[in-house]
Amino acid sequence: MKQEGKKHIWSNYQKEIAEDRYFYVRSCIRQTFFPGSENTFLKILREVLGKDVHESPNHTTCTGIGYHCEVVPFATTQTVVARNFALMRDAGYQNYTPSCVTSFGIYTEILDTWQHFPAEKEKTRAFLKQATGREFEEPNSLAHTSDIIYKFRNEIAQKAKYQLINSETGEPLKIVEHIGCHYAKMFPEKSVGGAEYPNVLAGMIDAWGGNVIDYPERRHCCGFGFRQYLIQANRGYSMSASKKKFESMEAYQPDFIITNCPGCNYFLDRWQYVLAETEQKTYGSNGYGIPVLTYEEVAGLVLGFDPWEMGMQMHQIDVEPLLKKMGIKYNASEKFKGPQGQELGLPEFPEHVKFTTQSDN
Amino acid sequence: MSDVRYTEGIKSCINCGTCTAICPAAEVYKYEPRSIANLVQTRDETIIEDLLKSDTIWYCGECMSCKTRCQRNNAPGLIIQALRTLSIEKGYFIHSEKGRQQLALKRMIGDSILETGYCVHFDNTPHDMFPESGPIWQWVQNNRQSILEKIGQNLYKNGDGPNRKISKGNLEELRKIFEVTGGIDWFKKIEEQSTKKANDMVMNRGNQSDIDSQYFKDIYTHNDQEKHNR
Repeated sequence: MKQEGKKHIWSNYQKEIAEDRYFYVRSCIRQTFFPGSENTFLKILREVLGKDVHESPNHTTCTGIGYHCEVVPFATTQTVVARNFALMRDAGYQNYTPSCVTSFGIYTEILDTWQHFPAEKEKTRAFLKQATGREFEEPNSLAHTSDIIYKFRNEIAQKAKYQLINSETGEPLKIVEHIGCHYAKMFPEKSVGGAEYPNVLAGMIDAWGGNVIDYPERRHCCGFGFRQYLIQANRGYSMSASKKKFESMEAYQPDFIITNCPGCNYFLDRWQYVLAETEQKTYGSNGYGIPVLTYEEVAGLVLGFDPWEMGMQMHQIDVEPLLKKMGIKYNASEKFKGPQGQELGLPEFPEHVKFTTQSDN
Repeated sequence: MSDVRYTEGIKSCINCGTCTAICPAAEVYKYEPRSIANLVQTRDETIIEDLLKSDTIWYCGECMSCKTRCQRNNAPGLIIQALRTLSIEKGYFIHSEKGRQQLALKRMIGDSILETGYCVHFDNTPHDMFPESGPIWQWVQNNRQSILEKIGQNLYKNGDGPNRKISKGNLEELRKIFEVTGGIDWFKKIEEQSTKKANDMVMNRGNQSDIDSQYFKDIYTHNDQEKHNR
């Protein structure tokens, strides 16, 4: 489809995103595996854009992973969500902003359920009161954290120290964008751009100088599948889905993958490592993998943040080839050191996918 | 079925098969979301009971790709959620290999929610159970204090921040919500039915917190390759 056609379709899926005063809730997976990304989001919002973002120490999981594994009933999930809404009300905020895409899906599903089945909402209200004495109100607006970065992509571009451009050739980087399924597949009208042409990450790439790769399996699931990864016996499902995507994107020689879902980020990173070690197959250039970055990390790099303070050394697929390609000035020797520069020892390096060692720099 | 997800999940299926064409589960399992829609529409109790006792309903990954492309705005993924709910409530999940995995999921995810306030937590991701987390994760776990301090983590500390300590009061509120909404009943049902099945299978299930029991290991790792393919 031509670019003009896409723009026309996107115009049907524009989303109102609040300007300021966000109530921020963390993600089970992102805070565990990519905690630096959550801190980067807060730093960008508070220190670069001057926004008011409130985090309550009392908020908890939405139970989303448990709900989609069928160990948590729907009524329980609705009431836990209502509790998080109550915390927002008590703090004096109205714009709810989850870091997790599964959570974003949970919140959209529950708000939709309450609209179509008001009795479910009243039941939830009674459960919450009985269990905690709390009362809740629905948020005025619900936006995933990637929606917020999308909203301010041009402001970020104006303050950019680096662009998504190959510093040696001057060409735009070729970038795969991967959207978590629960961002738009269930409720396309609640997303930026809908499910077929979501613009939330593509818009960031455009604003920061890169080129979006349109490849056949662009909208295929990463393969998390909840129980399909969490149970070891089922993991063939999970890896097969990621492999299908890698095989499909390989011919386009992506410089990196950007995701908006913490789970997708983990699986697209880790399954490349497993495929390399088990099938001796790598999908990047020169024996490296394709780096898989969160949108917070990409925004942080563009703004000139230190990659190691953002936690990019926690990726299994090495990000250093990308940093070099972008011409980023970073301290390679600090990668595996502690906060005061202390030696921590090196991780074991994979056998079949290249990983930059200090002697390579 | 009184589940609102069933009401939302199927209205007027035209049996076009688009959901099956796009389904990641259909690529690796003998699984067709279209067939699920067909079977529930028969309203034949024997057929539905067989479905609730089968591996079939546990093949779906709940990615909800089926919802996006359905011309009638149906969602076989939502029907699956309603069927799985019924399978647990009736205790039928222990009849299938994939259904029996509920015990492992309850202990890994369900118990983590009530203990840490989150479904997944830094210390609930041991490398031996998740080897694909890779040597980098082992390095992070071995050097947790230094690495997490460098990137502003707040592991088990008071206040806000990633992986912070969730206070006793907050965990009590969560538990109370699970009690009044039926979440604890689900946990109990999963444990009790699994005990019964483990005894039938003459396996030592271990006590409730023992995730290393033979039954747990079996359901966590065993995959009948011949049965679960396309």
